[in-house]
Amino acid sequence: MDMKVGIPSEINPNELRVAATPKTVLRLIKQGFKVFVQHNAGVKANFSDKSFEEAGATIVPSATDIYTNSNIVLKVLGPTHEEVDMMNENLVLLSYLWPAQNPELLQKLADKNVNAVAMDAIPRISRAQKMDVLSSMANIAGYRSVIEGANYYGKFLNGQITAAGKVDPAKILVIGAGVAGLAAIGAANSLGAIVRAFDTRKEVAEQIESMGASFLTVEIEEDGATASGYSKVMSQEFIDAEMKLFLEQAKEVDIIITTAQIPGREAPKLILDYHVAAMKPGSVIIDLAASSGGNCALTKDGEIYTTENGVTILGKLSQLPNQASQLYGNNLCHLLDDMGKAENFKIDMEDDVVSRAMVTYDGKINWPPKPLPVSPQKPVVAPVEVEDPKITAAKNAKKDAVGMLVKLCVIGALLLVLGQFAPAEFMQHFTVFVLSIFIGWQVIWNVSHSLHTPLMAVTNAISGIIIVGGLLQTTSDLSSPMTILAFVAILVASINIVGGFLVTHRMLKMFKK
Amino acid sequence: MIEIGIQTAAYLFASILFILSLGGLSSQESAKRGVFYGIIGMVIAILATVLGQGVEGHIYIIVAIAIAALIGTLVARKVEMTSMPQLVAILHSFVGLAAVLVGYGSYLDVHSQSITGTEHTIHLVEVFVGVFIGAITFTGSIIAWGKLDGKVMSKPLLYPGRHVVNVVLLIACFVLGYLYTVAPGLDGMLYLYIMTAIASFIGIMLVMAIGGADMPVVVSMLNSYSGWAAAAAGFMLGNDLLIVTGALVGSSGAILSIIMCKAMNRSFISVILGGFGAVTSGVAQEMEGEVTSLNHEAVAELLKEAKSVVIVPGYGMAVAKAQYPIFDMVQNLRKEGKEVKFAIHPVAGRLPGHMNVLLAEANVPYDIVMEMDEINPDLPNTDVVMVIGANDVVNPGAQDDPASPIYGMPVIEAWKAKTVIVMKRSMAVGYAGVENPLFYKPNTEMLYGDAKDSVEKIMGFLKA
Repeated sequence: MDMKVGIPSEINPNELRVAATPKTVLRLIKQGFKVFVQHNAGVKANFSDKSFEEAGATIVPSATDIYTNSNIVLKVLGPTHEEVDMMNENLVLLSYLWPAQNPELLQKLADKNVNAVAMDAIPRISRAQKMDVLSSMANIAGYRSVIEGANYYGKFLNGQITAAGKVDPAKILVIGAGVAGLAAIGAANSLGAIVRAFDTRKEVAEQIESMGASFLTVEIEEDGATASGYSKVMSQEFIDAEMKLFLEQAKEVDIIITTAQIPGREAPKLILDYHVAAMKPGSVIIDLAASSGGNCALTKDGEIYTTENGVTILGKLSQLPNQASQLYGNNLCHLLDDMGKAENFKIDMEDDVVSRAMVTYDGKINWPPKPLPVSPQKPVVAPVEVEDPKITAAKNAKKDAVGMLVKLCVIGALLLVLGQFAPAEFMQHFTVFVLSIFIGWQVIWNVSHSLHTPLMAVTNAISGIIIVGGLLQTTSDLSSPMTILAFVAILVASINIVGGFLVTHRMLKMFKK
Repeated sequence: MIEIGIQTAAYLFASILFILSLGGLSSQESAKRGVFYGIIGMVIAILATVLGQGVEGHIYIIVAIAIAALIGTLVARKVEMTSMPQLVAILHSFVGLAAVLVGYGSYLDVHSQSITGTEHTIHLVEVFVGVFIGAITFTGSIIAWGKLDGKVMSKPLLYPGRHVVNVVLLIACFVLGYLYTVAPGLDGMLYLYIMTAIASFIGIMLVMAIGGADMPVVVSMLNSYSGWAAAAAGFMLGNDLLIVTGALVGSSGAILSIIMCKAMNRSFISVILGGFGAVTSGVAQEMEGEVTSLNHEAVAELLKEAKSVVIVPGYGMAVAKAQYPIFDMVQNLRKEGKEVKFAIHPVAGRLPGHMNVLLAEANVPYDIVMEMDEINPDLPNTDVVMVIGANDVVNPGAQDDPASPIYGMPVIEAWKAKTVIVMKRSMAVGYAGVENPLFYKPNTEMLYGDAKDSVEKIMGFLKA
């Protein structure tokens, strides 16, 4: 039996994307699927029917053709109730579903015996990154937020010093450093703006800084990181401090980009009316959480407007439908690849990724799944083991001091014993010996690592100083065994001296800046 | 003939020059001057000795030095930089041999036989110790040379009960030492012979028991021994110059050994006792993921797109003599405005600092050659890391797999870069005999084949 994949048009007029592109169609066909695309499905994303046909897809006139004939349907937005009505039983649906917000839709899908995969519920584990539509779409949103924000801001983002005077760089505040936030930081930074970023999770400070923004934080010790990789809801005290910080920043910055979302809930309100009021006229707020209620209290979902005090608030962004479709389509291909391609297509409920994203299966609702920790967490260390480094250092210093004292006493005693028995001459040589070791110790630690081979060669040469022993033992009588021994000693030691110095010199000549 | 006072002053001056010579190696700029100081110091020391009192047979001295100078010059000119470890090892053995000879000479010396009492005993002990250290250095270095040169198998030779045997041999030496010091006249000679034989045997077994991967430590250790041998000779001859120089060289070798051991996260004692590379019985971590490989063209494409490239060379690069084409490639990349650096692990190569010398030979400027600690913080922002002929020094298991035999060893964190290209002949394990999880990481691509060949092919595509 052929596995048929169908791609319907999106009915929502604001949705410009499509769940497959000619390129992903090619991949699907390679995976062994037969692909059907609804007439004009890709038009809004600049993919013509012709290009789909060239890639090997069959164009069908209506959505009904898709829903009744396909085994698998790829969609972007979740289906409407009318769309669900058209579906076959046992159809596999891959699309956004927002299962937490849409319980009736899940029920309807389950009643209809549709096996629905919520692409937005793909767990965020390393293996599933290639199917993570939230990340791939957030990346686009983050980038777009800066570009469109800059457009409405209407001034330079980078600072310039020109003959006509100085232009200050724009200051951009990014709230929430997830994929979208980081993408926004990167884009804003490369346009030359001064970027600051805030996140309740302390662990992302490094990522923020690596993208070129400075990390803002409040003076309260509370980490918002959770095992799911998203942030948790913070304490009232923390929120107050946060609000105060935002107010200070609002007075100063030109563009605010908010990206804070909590899965399955309304987005937290972070920028309130008094924050907006404090902003300079001409400032811009881009609210990437607009669809889930908005991070800014004044955001209107899907609208762009300017407040009385001249602050423009963007509640929608262009989706870059062409590339977004491509990335979304790739995510879907990866998932189908993982599910066994056409030949071995199988819904494996043992699989971590599939079982979590498969929100309806076999006529039942499979939501919410059991939690799966994904954030790169360090193992929780028992608090007893964690000592203040300063205290530890002080303790170690104390231990070291005591240890040193004991050692010195032992060494002193040994030297005293030695002094009792050894003759004065020996003690004199011994003094020289010990002091030389100390000098050698100090000098050699300073030798650059890269010069360790020359160091060995030069020590080879100077340990040829043992030639002095041979020299002192030579007599004018060649038959005496002592002279023969001395002769050989001088010979080998001299090879060391000459060879060692020459080869060191040869090596050092090669080191060039 | 010069006075004793003048001679002592000359020796002191030579000592100062030797210290300055070693101190000069703290930077590349002052290093050349350092060698010059060393040479002057040596000339002064030899002249002051030869012109001093009690030296006879000048003609033999001149003949010996002339022959040696000829041999030394030839060797120094001819030696390949990849064979530096062998040269260093064989030169150590010469110091050991000289110490043994000087020891015997000193025992036979009529002057030393005329002294009596405690001083005589101390002198005898000095001779005994000097010969002991000298003999170990001599045979140990010869075996080290053989292992480095591939003449002796590099696998550690371990037999059961070897520690017991070593202890018994050491005790035997103590007993012999006692018999030798109480023997009248030259009667102790026999004991000295036997002890020399035992020490030679210990030297052989000591190095035989050490695996190929630990050679940098062994060479450093023998470097140290050769210093102590010289110092011991200084004690028996009552010569401060020898003592000072020996102590300098001895501590130098000891420090190098410590640095090497730290770099491998191994205790010095366990390296000396041997066995690394043979007992890797720990539960091997299951390798997850797939090994993916690329062809030369794809690698060239990656390099073209990269902004920053870090090259991690290992001994494999030296064996393939790939440093020359690599530097060509590096120059090419740098011309296009890419940031290219080399990252050197402290134990890369067969000698401390060996990689630096090899790269310097290929004209790589030393300011783009970084140490492990300098480069690690930069790696997360690096586009491409090329691992060329290195393995254990980029093994992530050293950080995250407690079962790995090299767990805890500091490594170059190549896997943090966006893409890692590993150039290797095959999937074989490195010297430590450990699987490398790096090869299985999703951002790692393998490029199989001879390093030199591969780099030349990549160059072809880069230029095209």
